[in-house]
Amino acid sequence: MSNVHPYVGRAHPRVDGALKVTGRAKYAAEFFADGMVYAAAVPSTIAKGRIVSIDLSTAKGAPGVIDILTHENRPELPDSDKPYLNDMVAVPGSPFRPLYNDRIFYSGQAIALVVADTHENARHAASLVTATYEAKRPTVDVAEARHEAYDTFEPRDGIPPPPPPRGDAEATFKGSDIKLSESYRVAPEHHNPMELMATTVVWEGDGALTIHTKTQGVNNPKMYICAVLGLDPDKVRVTSPFVGGAFGMALRPHYDLLLATMAALKHERSVRLVLTRGQMYTMGWRPDTLQTVSLSAQDDGTLTSIAHHAIQATSRYEDYQEPTVNWSGLLYACPNVTLKYELAKIDVSTPSDMRAPGAALGLYALEVAMDEMSYRLGMNPLELRLKNYAEKDQNDDKPFSSKELKAAYEKGAERFGWSNRSPEPRSMRDGKELVGLGMATGCWEAMMMPHSACATLSADGKLKVACGTADIGTGTYTILAQIAADAFDLDIEDVTTEVGDTDLPMAPPEGGSWGAASAGNAVRVACAELKKELLTLARGIDDSPLANASLDHVAFSNGRISLVSDGERSVSYADAIAASGGGEVKAEGSFAPDEEFAEKFAAFTHSAVFAEVRVDEQLGVVRVTHIVSAIAAGKILNLATARSQILGGVVMGMGMALHEETMWDKTLGRVVNANLGEYHMPAHADVQNIDVIFVEEDDKANPLGIKGLGEIGIVGAAAAIANAVFHATGKRVRELPITIDKLL
Amino acid sequence: MAQDARSASEPVAVTLSVNGETHSVEIPPSATLLDVLRERLHLTGSKKGCDQGQCGACTVLVDGRRVNSCLQLAVMNDGREITTIEGLGRPEELHPLQAAFVAHDAFQCGYCTPGQICSAVGMLDEGHAHGPEEIRELMSGNLCRCGAYTNIVEAIEEVRSAREAPTLKTPKLEAAE
Repeated sequence: MSNVHPYVGRAHPRVDGALKVTGRAKYAAEFFADGMVYAAAVPSTIAKGRIVSIDLSTAKGAPGVIDILTHENRPELPDSDKPYLNDMVAVPGSPFRPLYNDRIFYSGQAIALVVADTHENARHAASLVTATYEAKRPTVDVAEARHEAYDTFEPRDGIPPPPPPRGDAEATFKGSDIKLSESYRVAPEHHNPMELMATTVVWEGDGALTIHTKTQGVNNPKMYICAVLGLDPDKVRVTSPFVGGAFGMALRPHYDLLLATMAALKHERSVRLVLTRGQMYTMGWRPDTLQTVSLSAQDDGTLTSIAHHAIQATSRYEDYQEPTVNWSGLLYACPNVTLKYELAKIDVSTPSDMRAPGAALGLYALEVAMDEMSYRLGMNPLELRLKNYAEKDQNDDKPFSSKELKAAYEKGAERFGWSNRSPEPRSMRDGKELVGLGMATGCWEAMMMPHSACATLSADGKLKVACGTADIGTGTYTILAQIAADAFDLDIEDVTTEVGDTDLPMAPPEGGSWGAASAGNAVRVACAELKKELLTLARGIDDSPLANASLDHVAFSNGRISLVSDGERSVSYADAIAASGGGEVKAEGSFAPDEEFAEKFAAFTHSAVFAEVRVDEQLGVVRVTHIVSAIAAGKILNLATARSQILGGVVMGMGMALHEETMWDKTLGRVVNANLGEYHMPAHADVQNIDVIFVEEDDKANPLGIKGLGEIGIVGAAAAIANAVFHATGKRVRELPITIDKLL
Repeated sequence: MAQDARSASEPVAVTLSVNGETHSVEIPPSATLLDVLRERLHLTGSKKGCDQGQCGACTVLVDGRRVNSCLQLAVMNDGREITTIEGLGRPEELHPLQAAFVAHDAFQCGYCTPGQICSAVGMLDEGHAHGPEEIRELMSGNLCRCGAYTNIVEAIEEVRSAREAPTLKTPKLEAAE
């Protein structure tokens, strides 16, 4: 390759930064259309049962009301699941069908949609809709449903079931002197992105729709809505240029999309539907999970057996699954491993992927159990991890594509000052506060998905790259611009990125940390294709100085294509474009994961997380005063946005460890803290000093060496904090969040 | 005093002064300042994150003071000077706090960002923040689910300390490598 890489690897400011800090970035609820009306969803007041009747009489007479849709009067909807399964992130089971019939699956389920002339009138009329129900007593606590747990579900696409047992964990455990078996629980959480779920459907006339919706991938809602409502895909465009956070909750289409689109089609006019914060608790969530981890070891710390069992909540209608226990067969070298994963049904909406689904939960349990084992052995927790360091993926019996976890442990420990830790619990103190130091390991699979992209260079030297992926705050706009600017040796100011539009080349939803590797490599390929086109054009110019040049022998820099061996022989980008007869040249490129490589190697990201907490001895208040997160995740494209990804994961991990808990009333089956005041997620005052270290890896899983960063920051964070709380207090709390009441 | 249902929903004429421009609108008395800014004036920089004063995404400046615009009825603000994120600076001419937010990567999805910045403007004018610890405390009404807190505090602290310095420093525009 002839080009140098001045942008990739640097901490370049976000290219969309100025739009975001000035309020110019447009989110789903911020598009306008002439004659647009407003919708509001009416939530059910029961969690389980049937609607007997809905009384619309008062609501219909309220000012400005245009229509109220219910399951009784709605336009026709398909009477089978099949169209609804046009969802790339669907899980096994029978997908939820909004406003389909009288059946209630969870509290807050939309039973009606009010359409009115203004937002205020829609909201007011929605409050006037009443219903009578035939209610059944719901179960919303997975512990109450655990006796009905099952593992007979159809596996979810893309989620590996637990590997078969290796060795004999049960017999080894029985015969061991040094062992522990403990149960852990992580409270249910909601993603709570700052932006509310919203859809603005613009009626373009003659059945054509432009749908602006909050999504992690525009192609998914388009496919879904076209299938469910029988729309011509050529007449539907979905956009989502900016997404106000999602963390997994906007992978699947939600009911706002279907209801708003149905209303727009019926009334042949534009409709906006924004859900309320309370309604954000009527969709995907991180499932309540009961776990048991059993470990045995020799007295030198060598692990002899690992057994990990999880029971995870799902809805009545779908078998949502996460890779929760598999990590326990992967992270440490151990000959005897048994992993078991079960589901239990409760009366809630289907859970959904939330930042590091499965790993955030499963590795919390494993890493706290490892901490417990370190005290049992009288061994430094970091030494115990190093003693059992896995040099290969034992689940699949493959070498790692790269794994610099040892370096991450070392650099993280050094930055943190791990050597200052005194081994005994309750042995460190600063005034009235107990000080605790804890650590944990994180792991996430480095995934990739097929993506397409295009690159367009115009005669004025401006390059545009585009891909139908999403930037949910991860920095996609910026890293794609960096990659493209490097390919053509352009000033990044001359590069624009477009994402979040179904008019752009195909990409699946953005999630699982596959976005950067997949979209990044698609842009790389599109740029390479564009170079080929430009060279062909340059060679075809009369008396071209590059007449016989091959791609391997030219460089693209300073606005020119030049022979590497003789820089004087060159053609400007502008002249090559002019030879095309148009003002610009465009090329498309596609990227797909290298299946052969994946057959041979296992690709994972790793983290070593160190936490310092201070616990007020009298009040039980826990403060996280220092976190070091050392990350081994392949090539880092942008040190600023990459660091931000890790910071965000760590902060969400702090929430998991200490604050976050969705609470259902067990009688009503209703979330009682469905708001940001009573569902506490970390605020400014909770977050102090976080250090992020990147240990670079030379990884060959894709040509750019990218592994992805969206999930890894959260994995291990909660366990490190929980372990630090034990070190500070000597009290082992095995149910997250560790709130004051559990410490006193 | 008797009030019939009609008068409660009868539109009210209000004159709002937003970012130096005067807007005469007829709005229902129940309309919040946030909804009027977003839906009627199309100033969507002020964000709706909770609609109940718990997240701070809707923070604007009213007569220089930071307020949650979702907790204000628009009619209460007749004649007051309202500044939204759109009025603080433009992409080509950023307010020092906006520039500092970009330089410190003090946001990810960007949705809480206008509220964080408006809140920071108001907070610095209140004069109670003298360092990062006080900034953290006084900014705790502005939630950021992306977890950009440490970068936000760095950005605000940079502008705060530059203000206190005898000569005005311009925030660095490129983050350190």
